[in-house]
Amino acid sequence: MATNVRAEAASVAPARPAWRSRLYRFDLKASPYAFIAPFFLCFAAFGLFPLIWTGWLSLHYVDLLKPDVMEWKGLGNYTRLWSNDQFWTALRNTFTIGVISTVPQLLMALGLAHLLNYRMRARGFFRVAILAPYATSIAAATLVFVQLFNPDYGFINWALDAVGIHHTNWYADTWPSQIAISAIVTWRWTGYNALIYLAAMQAVPKDLYEAASLDGANRWQQFTRITVPSIRPTILFTIIVSSIGATQLFGEPLLFGGGVGVSGGSAHQFQTLSLYMYELGWPSRQLGRASAVAWTMLLLLLLVGLVQFLITRYRKRHELGG
Amino acid sequence: MAATLSTPTAGSARPTERERPRGLFRRRAGEHDKAGPVAYLLLAVAAVISLFPLYWTFVAASNTGERVAQSPPPMVPGGQLWTNVSTAWEQAEMGTALLNSTVVAGCVALSTVLFSTLAGFAFAKLRFRGRNALLTLVVATMTVPPQLSVIPLYRIITELDWGNHLQSVILPSLVAAFGVFFMRQFLSEALPFELIEAARVDGAHSLRIIWHVVFPVARPAMAVLGMLVFVQSWNDFFWPFVVLTQQNPTVQVALSAIGGGSGHDINQAVIMTGALVGTLPLLLIFAVLGKHIVGGITSGAVKS
Repeated sequence: MATNVRAEAASVAPARPAWRSRLYRFDLKASPYAFIAPFFLCFAAFGLFPLIWTGWLSLHYVDLLKPDVMEWKGLGNYTRLWSNDQFWTALRNTFTIGVISTVPQLLMALGLAHLLNYRMRARGFFRVAILAPYATSIAAATLVFVQLFNPDYGFINWALDAVGIHHTNWYADTWPSQIAISAIVTWRWTGYNALIYLAAMQAVPKDLYEAASLDGANRWQQFTRITVPSIRPTILFTIIVSSIGATQLFGEPLLFGGGVGVSGGSAHQFQTLSLYMYELGWPSRQLGRASAVAWTMLLLLLLVGLVQFLITRYRKRHELGG
Repeated sequence: MAATLSTPTAGSARPTERERPRGLFRRRAGEHDKAGPVAYLLLAVAAVISLFPLYWTFVAASNTGERVAQSPPPMVPGGQLWTNVSTAWEQAEMGTALLNSTVVAGCVALSTVLFSTLAGFAFAKLRFRGRNALLTLVVATMTVPPQLSVIPLYRIITELDWGNHLQSVILPSLVAAFGVFFMRQFLSEALPFELIEAARVDGAHSLRIIWHVVFPVARPAMAVLGMLVFVQSWNDFFWPFVVLTQQNPTVQVALSAIGGGSGHDINQAVIMTGALVGTLPLLLIFAVLGKHIVGGITSGAVKS
C-alpha cells in the first residue's frame, strides 16, 4: 500500500505546479475541519438545535396532538413545577435512587478491580464473567429482576425468608422499590466500571507497591495509600459519568412498574424526573410542561457539574498550598 | 527439578544466616500481587452474582408460566423452551425486532466508527485553529442528556411521517462523542507523526493518508469501538421507546410491550423468554469476543 502511494506521488512530484501546491495547502488547512465536521453537524442537528427548541417550548403551552398551536406562558411552566408535589417527589427519587445506585456500585467496582489486578488463575474468566451483565439490555435486565424481586414468589424474598427476613414488598414500598431499581443499575454497571478502574490500576508503577511492601505496608494500606490516590482522575471520571447516567434513569423504573410504570408506581414511589417528563409529555400530552422538566434536568446537571468542578479546583489549590 | 539441581548456589535451598532475611523480603515483594484464597472467594461470589440472573432467565424461560409463579422458584431448566419461544414470537414481533435491532445497531456502529476515526485522527494528529476548544466541546456534549432533545425530535419525526421507520432511530446516533474521544486517545499514542509526515512528503493528500495510514493503524481500536457501540445501540431504550411502535419495534421496544402489561394472567415464563431471546445475540457475541471487549475496555482508552 505504502509503495503505491510512493510510486504515484513520485510521478507528479518533480514539477509540482503552483495550483498543486495551493491545493496542498488548502488540503492541509481544511481537511481537519472536514474530518470533525460530521460530529459537529450531527450534534448541531440532533443535540443543540433540539435543546434550544426544548427551551423555547418550555415557555409555552403546547398540546402533543396540536404542536403548531403554541400559547405563551412565560415562566409559568416552571413556577407550576415549583409548586407541584409530584415534581418534588420525582426530584427526590432521582436523587435517592442516584445515590444508592452509584455509591455502592463504584465502591464495589473499586474493590473488584483491586482483586482482578492480582496475578491469578482464570483471570480471563473472571473478567468476562463480571462484564457479562453489561451485555444485557435495560429492558431484559429489568424484566428479569422484576421476577427475582416478586414479593410473593420471587427468588430474593425466598432467599431472604431463609435468613429470617419475611416478605419485603419490593414493588409497593418506597425504599424497597428504590433499592430494587438501584440493584438493576448496580448489577449492569459494576463490572464495566471495575474494568475501567483495572485499566487505570495497571498503569500504576509496580515498584511503588514493592517499595511499600518493603516498608511493611499491608495490602489494605497499599490500596488506600497508593492505588486510590494514583487513579483519582479515573475515579472522578466514573463519578461524573455515573451521576449523569443516574439523572437520566428511565427504562428501569418504567419497566419495573409494569402496568403503572409511567407514573413510577401507584404512589409515584419510584418515579424519576425522566419518567415524570415522559408522563407529562406523552400520556398527559403537555409538551410545554415536559420541556420545562427537561430544562430543569439540564440546569441540575450544570449545577452538579459546577459543584464537582469547584471541588476539584479547591482540592488542587489546597494540595498545592499544603 | 533439573534447574534446581543445576543451581544449588542460588540460595533458596540452604540459605545462610545472613541471607535469610533478604530472601524473606524478596518473597514477600514478589508475591505482593498474587491472589490469596480470599480474593478468589470474593471474585467467585461476584461472578456468581453476575451470572446467576442470566442462568435464571434461561431456567424461567424453559419452565411453564405456572411453575415460574410459584414459591420456591424453579432452579433447574424445564422442557418448555420451544413452546415459550413460539408464544413470545406470536405475542411480540420478535423476528422483526431482532432484524431491526441488527440493522440499527449495525448502521450505528459502522457510521460511528467511521466518523469517530476521522474526527479522532484530526484531534490527535492534525494542527488547526481551535483544536483544544473544540475537543473540550466534544467532551462537554457527553453531559447533555437525550431527554433534552426528545420532544423537538419527536415533532420532526412525526412531521416527516417517519414514526415507524428505522432511520428515525439511526440518524440521531450516527456519531458519538464517546467514540471521537476513544479514537483520539488511541491514535495519539498508536500513530507516530513520522508516518504522516512521510506520507505527506510523498505527496499523499489527506484522504489518502486516512485510507493508507490511519485506517491500518487504527484497525484494532476501530474493532473494539465497533463492538462497544453495537452493544450500546442494541440496548438503547429511551429514544426507540418514544419513537417506534409495536408494528416495527427494536428488541428493546418489543420487550417493553411484553413486560409492560399488568395483571396476573400474564405468562411470566413468556416474558422471561422474550428477555432471553433479546439478550442471546449479545451473549453469543460476548462468548466469542468477550476477551477482546475486555481488552478494549482495559486498554485504558475508554476513560480520560
